[in-house]
Amino acid sequence: MEKKTYTITSSEGLHARPCSMLVSAVTPFKSEVTITYKERTANLKSIMGVMGMGIESGAQVEVTADGADESEAIAKVDDIMKKESIGE
Amino acid sequence: MKQTITGIGVSDGIAIAKAYRLETPDLTVEKLTIEQPELEIARFEAAKDEAAVELEEIRAKAAENFGEDKAAIFSAHLLVLNDPELESSVKGSIEQGINAEFALQQAADTFTAMFESMDNEYMRERAADVRDVTKRLLAKLLGVHVSDPSTINEEVIIIADDLTPSATAQLNKQFVKGFVTDIGGRTSHSAILGRMLEIPAVVGTKTAMASIEQGTSLIIDGTDGTVLLEPTDEEKLTYETKKTTFEQDKELLKRFVSESTVTSDGHHVEVGANIASTDDLPLADKNGAEGVGLFRTEFLYMGKSDFPTEEEQYDAYKTVLTSMGDRPTVVRTLDIGGDKELSYFSTPEEMNPFLGERAIRLCFEHPEMFRTQLRALLRASVHGNLKIMFPMIATLEEFRRAKGMLLEEQKKLQAENVQISDTYEVGMMLEIPAAAVIADLFAKEVDFFSIGTNDLIQYTMAADRMNETVSYLYQPNHPSVLRLIHNVIQAAHKEGKWVGMCGEVAGDPLSIPVLLGMGLDEFSMSPSSILKARAQFADLSKAEWEGYIPEILQMETSEKIIEFVQAHS
Repeated sequence: MEKKTYTITSSEGLHARPCSMLVSAVTPFKSEVTITYKERTANLKSIMGVMGMGIESGAQVEVTADGADESEAIAKVDDIMKKESIGE
Repeated sequence: MKQTITGIGVSDGIAIAKAYRLETPDLTVEKLTIEQPELEIARFEAAKDEAAVELEEIRAKAAENFGEDKAAIFSAHLLVLNDPELESSVKGSIEQGINAEFALQQAADTFTAMFESMDNEYMRERAADVRDVTKRLLAKLLGVHVSDPSTINEEVIIIADDLTPSATAQLNKQFVKGFVTDIGGRTSHSAILGRMLEIPAVVGTKTAMASIEQGTSLIIDGTDGTVLLEPTDEEKLTYETKKTTFEQDKELLKRFVSESTVTSDGHHVEVGANIASTDDLPLADKNGAEGVGLFRTEFLYMGKSDFPTEEEQYDAYKTVLTSMGDRPTVVRTLDIGGDKELSYFSTPEEMNPFLGERAIRLCFEHPEMFRTQLRALLRASVHGNLKIMFPMIATLEEFRRAKGMLLEEQKKLQAENVQISDTYEVGMMLEIPAAAVIADLFAKEVDFFSIGTNDLIQYTMAADRMNETVSYLYQPNHPSVLRLIHNVIQAAHKEGKWVGMCGEVAGDPLSIPVLLGMGLDEFSMSPSSILKARAQFADLSKAEWEGYIPEILQMETSEKIIEFVQAHS
């Protein structure tokens, strides 16, 4: 299992484009990828699950990947977070 | 079977093509108990696969026709369609013996309710995406056909109950040759769009959806409102000839393209174009627009999955301003609510939307949305001759508040060292009778007025312009309306301010002589009306019509005024 913590820097929070980008990026991975915010966890492959958490700008979130390709999945998340200035 | 339907011709021209029905299918579902959940799950998955293929196609088509930007909404739909949470919720219900349709409806309702209950504006709007995807999936499960106007790939005439602005955003202009809608009048959205695209449109047909089948061969005449079903070869020939004559007349007007608008006694007025997007600029130029009298910015917000960013708006405003150069360009700030809605932004359900939270009122409720637009406009101001216009102003406080927000954004931008023009103007749309009555007070504070007749008439006469049963009250030449317009022009000129008009009346041959006589400075209309208006001005004497105004203002009825205009022009 791999984990990484981020502070969301995107001004619109984790909605709309940032959210679609993350969901599209992790969907192809076999590992289970989840995001935790305020002690609630959602499937990062589910756009409705993630958007349903209402993650605002400035929020602290933890992304967890568990499975055969967990390192690659986390690396991909990290890449998108930074490249698209979603979180750091 | 041969048949003729008559409606109101609202955009000139003749189209001969097949009918394309834009349907809103019945998607009611019943709860059923099922015996074999595995089969039901397989049925659900098959529907999902079909919907995915369809969405991919639409996405690709939309990207090709309108650009990646507009296609993004379908990518979002695909994500919702493939959402694992939605899927597991549906499958869970099916396993308990519930049919796929009901299971889907139930799951979708839960998600939309969750989105709608959220604190965040954006999230509430996502409910619309879920509903759209659910509709597509339900249609697949129920085996009913849903129209996808973005997939049209041959010449068609669109038949619909009504055309909403968001539905028309998906239409491919290359293949749509005309519109027929069962409801609506001269100023409904389909009419305006028809004139904008320079294609014939017939509205208010009442029975078109009931009597025209998909693929029926049609002729429509947007001048007199005739719709011919299954025309004979002879009829086709007659209309082909009519079509050619119409196009030749249009050709004759072309000599006015590069001329400015001058009356027979040498007075100059400005004839500008109403535009809805940067796509309309070529049309404005082709018709010799001397300015843009109305840039309806709401279309930047439509047919998208999210609000346009400051950058996107800046690009659009810059394109328009650069293209117009020195020519004046009036940009109206966001005017939604009323009959114009955004899929990602839920405007409140109201008893009287035209009297409710729309335009500037909505912008005050959502200041961030408004400020984003103001910043984009200010930044673009250096690229041309910008005039910012606030819609639906009823009171001086509203105008001051809007202008105050504009100046605050200007200060912030200047603190960031952003260049802003120091000659841009700030004015208001004059469309509420209250404002027309105290135009003298407004005239001291605004740089200009632009009279929005569509709303001014409906508010003055208290007659919904979409309601056909009271359409007799929608009288552009009613003495009350003309007196209000006269009052506004007098008040503005007294303070040295200019007055334009951007409603449909500005391009109406019956109103032009009177407005000229009253001293209106700028006439803004659908680009396709400009040349006809310019030709009319060339035959009119301003001094003569000025002389008629006192007499006209004493007439009791629209009828008398129209008779007078016809007799003297």
